[in-house]
Amino acid sequence: MSGINRLDGGQIDRNNVLTFSFDGKRYSGFGGDTLVSALLANNVRLMGRSFKYHRPRGVFTAGSEEPNALVELRSGARREPNSRATVAELYEGLTAQSQNRFPSLRFDALAFNDTLASFLSSGFYYKTFMWPVAFWEKVYEPFIRRAAGLGRLSGEEDPDTYDKGFLHCDLLIVGAGPSGLAAALTAGRAGAEVILAEEDFALGGRLLAESGILTDRLASDWIEEVTAELVALPNVRLMTRTTVFGQYDHGIFGAVERVSDHIPEPQPNKPRQILWRIYSKRALLNAGATERPIPFENNDRPGIMLAGAMRAYANRWAVTAARNVVVFTNNDDGHRTARDLSEKGVDVAAVVDCRHNAPTSADFEVIEGAEVIGSRGRLGLKAVKMRFKDGSEREIACGALGVAGGWNPNVHLTCHKRGRPEWNGDISAFIPVKSEDSALRVAGAAAGIFSTHGALQSGAQGAIDALNDLGISARFPALPEAEDAPVNIAPFWYVKGGTGRAWLDLQNDVTIKDINLAHQEGFRSVEHVKRYTTLGMATDQGKTANIGALAVLADIEGKSIPEVGTTIFRPPYTPVSIGTFAGRSRGKEFRPYRLTPSHKWAAEQDAVFVEVGNWLRAQWFPLKGETHWRQSVDREVIAVRKSVGICDVTTLGKIDVQGADAAEFLNHIYCNGFAKLPVGKTRYGLILREDGMAMDDGTAARLAEDHFVITTTTANAVSAFRHMEFCRQCLWPGLDVQLISTTEAWAQFSVAGPNARKLMQKIVDTDHDITNEGFPYMACGEITICGGLRARLFRISFSGELAYEIAVPTRYGDALIRRLIEAGKEFDVVPYGTEALGVLRIEKGHAAGNELNGQSTAAMLGMGRMVSQKKDSIGRVLAGRPYLQRVDDYRLIGLLPVNLDSVILAGAHLMNVGMESCAANDQGWVTSAAYSPHIGSSIALAFLKKGDQRHGDVIRIVNPLSDGDIEAKVTSPHFIDPEGERLRV
Amino acid sequence: MSDHPLAPLTALARDTPVVEKIGGITITENPDLAIASLAVRHGRELDLQTLLTPVLGEDLPGPGRAAFLEDTAAIWTGIGQWFLMSPVAKHPDYAWDMKYIVKDTASVTEQTDGWVIFDVIGDSLSPLLERICNLNVNAMSDGDATRCLIEHLGCLIICRESGRNISIFGPRSSAASLHHILVTAAKSVA
Repeated sequence: MSGINRLDGGQIDRNNVLTFSFDGKRYSGFGGDTLVSALLANNVRLMGRSFKYHRPRGVFTAGSEEPNALVELRSGARREPNSRATVAELYEGLTAQSQNRFPSLRFDALAFNDTLASFLSSGFYYKTFMWPVAFWEKVYEPFIRRAAGLGRLSGEEDPDTYDKGFLHCDLLIVGAGPSGLAAALTAGRAGAEVILAEEDFALGGRLLAESGILTDRLASDWIEEVTAELVALPNVRLMTRTTVFGQYDHGIFGAVERVSDHIPEPQPNKPRQILWRIYSKRALLNAGATERPIPFENNDRPGIMLAGAMRAYANRWAVTAARNVVVFTNNDDGHRTARDLSEKGVDVAAVVDCRHNAPTSADFEVIEGAEVIGSRGRLGLKAVKMRFKDGSEREIACGALGVAGGWNPNVHLTCHKRGRPEWNGDISAFIPVKSEDSALRVAGAAAGIFSTHGALQSGAQGAIDALNDLGISARFPALPEAEDAPVNIAPFWYVKGGTGRAWLDLQNDVTIKDINLAHQEGFRSVEHVKRYTTLGMATDQGKTANIGALAVLADIEGKSIPEVGTTIFRPPYTPVSIGTFAGRSRGKEFRPYRLTPSHKWAAEQDAVFVEVGNWLRAQWFPLKGETHWRQSVDREVIAVRKSVGICDVTTLGKIDVQGADAAEFLNHIYCNGFAKLPVGKTRYGLILREDGMAMDDGTAARLAEDHFVITTTTANAVSAFRHMEFCRQCLWPGLDVQLISTTEAWAQFSVAGPNARKLMQKIVDTDHDITNEGFPYMACGEITICGGLRARLFRISFSGELAYEIAVPTRYGDALIRRLIEAGKEFDVVPYGTEALGVLRIEKGHAAGNELNGQSTAAMLGMGRMVSQKKDSIGRVLAGRPYLQRVDDYRLIGLLPVNLDSVILAGAHLMNVGMESCAANDQGWVTSAAYSPHIGSSIALAFLKKGDQRHGDVIRIVNPLSDGDIEAKVTSPHFIDPEGERLRV
Repeated sequence: MSDHPLAPLTALARDTPVVEKIGGITITENPDLAIASLAVRHGRELDLQTLLTPVLGEDLPGPGRAAFLEDTAAIWTGIGQWFLMSPVAKHPDYAWDMKYIVKDTASVTEQTDGWVIFDVIGDSLSPLLERICNLNVNAMSDGDATRCLIEHLGCLIICRESGRNISIFGPRSSAASLHHILVTAAKSVA
């Protein structure tokens, strides 16, 4: 029941039988299996179709570098395409589907592409879809989109959550093979804070995949012993199922922990994966090595795989891809695969060794000086064709071929900060550049040390050296005795000759011919060849492909491989899902939001909320029967003009400015004067940037000689505070001034309208005089309300009406809005939202964010004379530049449509009557527009060239996006009470 | 402050503090602390210390530290800047009370309602804190205090008892978001 290809031994739990399905067919495997090992055990070699040609493909590796065995894992909303079946742990009920085929894996209609190979060579996109131009959008793009990609997204929202976290350690050890375990043991015993991260679900790395490489004990015993000790050490954190995918600045590494991928679905409230940011003082890379293939004609058939993977499947998972196998090698490691398989009872038909001094064996035939030159078997390997050194050929029947071309150290993480590896001729591979002062050291196979003895020793020494940097003394541990075989390899990169295709990049279907063609077409740089052919650009990032392509290029150009150079490795080392990067920042929790003190009450009134930065503000308060937002907004505006309304204005930035030099400080910050502002008074202020452009505006209230409270716009609350802190700390450190934000600390409401005073008098304690005489326009003061609650009162207005802003400690904001509404019933008080606020300020001609957009000057806003020339302030000098003082500059004006039924849209541009609508004739633009219930028509604010001299003119408002072209009369921007009498009553 | 009929709400807009027990972790909203910020005036460091030492019983804490006194706590928040805290029931107008003490040696600003405070208690808080901020929590000792970002929110974290008892100060308007962050992280590690 466990499959006909199951062998003896292995590290699987045969008592734990697991059922799973692949393409709807049910199979069984064991605990400890991966999806691939279980499929192989069940004699399934065909696992997918290739990207471009839809060629039948089987598993190629036994790890995360897999280019072929990509599947859609799980089902429904949890379906995850392009999952590497080699690292998918088997669990009960696992479902997987093959991808990139129609209608079935065995019969794929799109395999027709394979017959068009000569038209689909490298760069075919650029050559094929050039003409006719009209075909691009209607024909080519839909076709490409349909054909592109491998697996299918579910199209549903991911039901799982993803977490993120932060870790700190003295030493991060990446990889828990022999060198990683030796390092962890060394550092752990020394008392250092250690993180040992391993992408596999089991510790041991290559020790799990080999037999007999420890010579004084079983590898499994040593792994168990070390694991037990590490688990017991409180200073060591073991993280399995964790891939360190990137190295960043200052010892920071990115890692993904797959918490729940090995179970059907996450436990309640638990994440599927965690994105860790690891802050390490030192790191040791023990990422091992990846075996490389030797490309030959038709080297992509299911059953052809890396020899090391074939050995790993036999030793660790007790499976073989077939009962009769052949090994093709250029080094001794291929013979190790043949030996292990033979000992497991697999028929090794032959070892084809391209060297002329290959070792011999009594257990299987070794054919030296020979090459595999082809293969046969459409959906699975049936035979390989080989060529003897005398040129004669022979076919050998086999179900699987192991290819051993040597090993490449996994140097990827050492290159993430632009490090370039160096060539080592002894092992015919790139190794990391040695750097003694690097915070990232490398040990074991990742450093090009391929013997187990060397891995153990270098791991322990690497930990000692890293900790020595930190002043932590560590002792070399007793380590097991292990094989110490030298690397015996004859570089052999690909089989020459033949007319068919030999595959370099299996995932992106790139062949040796493609590299040749790219070179013929003039691509010389390896980076250009990569992009033109798409070599190494699939999700496996060409881990098994790149070096072969470099060798082909080297041959073409008559150079050595290091002379050809390498492409740059970038994070992530293996694919990381977008959901993992997003973490919990999704949907409603995409970012933190801010609630106003009256939010709870407003929600009870069914207010419609709008996002303003992170704030949720009430946009309008619909009443029963109001079916359109304009009905609500018009009603709110009219109510304010007619009686009184209340608006939560807590979101405006509030900054507490104190100190003996507070007034002088503000005198420098604002372009207008503040030194002489009396205590108890508020003043409008405009902040300029150094370049003279308007930055922000607001009010400053002087509560004491050495104490101001200033307000900023909601949008600029943070940037204005940051600007002021910069000025305080860096520009004028000699001034005695202290700043702190109090935006959150006070709930502030605007009470506006002719009846505002009457309403306020009902809540302000009677010992405070708020009559026009006792508390005139622009007054401010600290008062009490409602029988003793301390509050701040400001006589300021954004609406143009008699208005107050009342502030209380935030915890009382909810109670205050309720009290104001209750007390205001006799005046038909209304709450009003940001829409009405906007209409009111446009009617009054007050500038807001649309006008203060970073492109406007004080003069444009009609405030040129506010820029005091009697004192120095930020922006004063550059505001006086001739260009900013030119008379034909834009000026803020009002616009009233000639036809009152016309609607003005913000963003429209202004053109003179009779002139062509084009950029050359542009006269300005509409900044803000609204329907004014007071005027009874659409109105707008705009910047118009020489606008202050053109009141009464008629201008065209042109909106090319909606073919709008209406005429409007240029007016003062003050549609309401231009003399400001209402404010002062 | 006199008695007045306006009822306060906590930062989570409740009448009473929210308490969440998740596994071995308890997250409690603490609305009972009055907070005043203190920023020393130029050249008045010694004068400020002289005026405050009788009240605090010791010097103001240095960088990265907090001091817990009988009914007052002080946190260093920046160069020459501290937060002072005391039970709000005893000091309903804490800024005014402190200004009375420090006179013109420091600027004092009301901060009580600028913050939401969550007291987090548990046998081991490291797993929780690992999921929400980049502090090296294991390196924090009793009395350590520091600013850090939690999901984009500028927060203050005070370590009352290493690994077991912390207070997190976050911006009051984002109390609901911060609470959500803490609760979901606590469930994730429970």
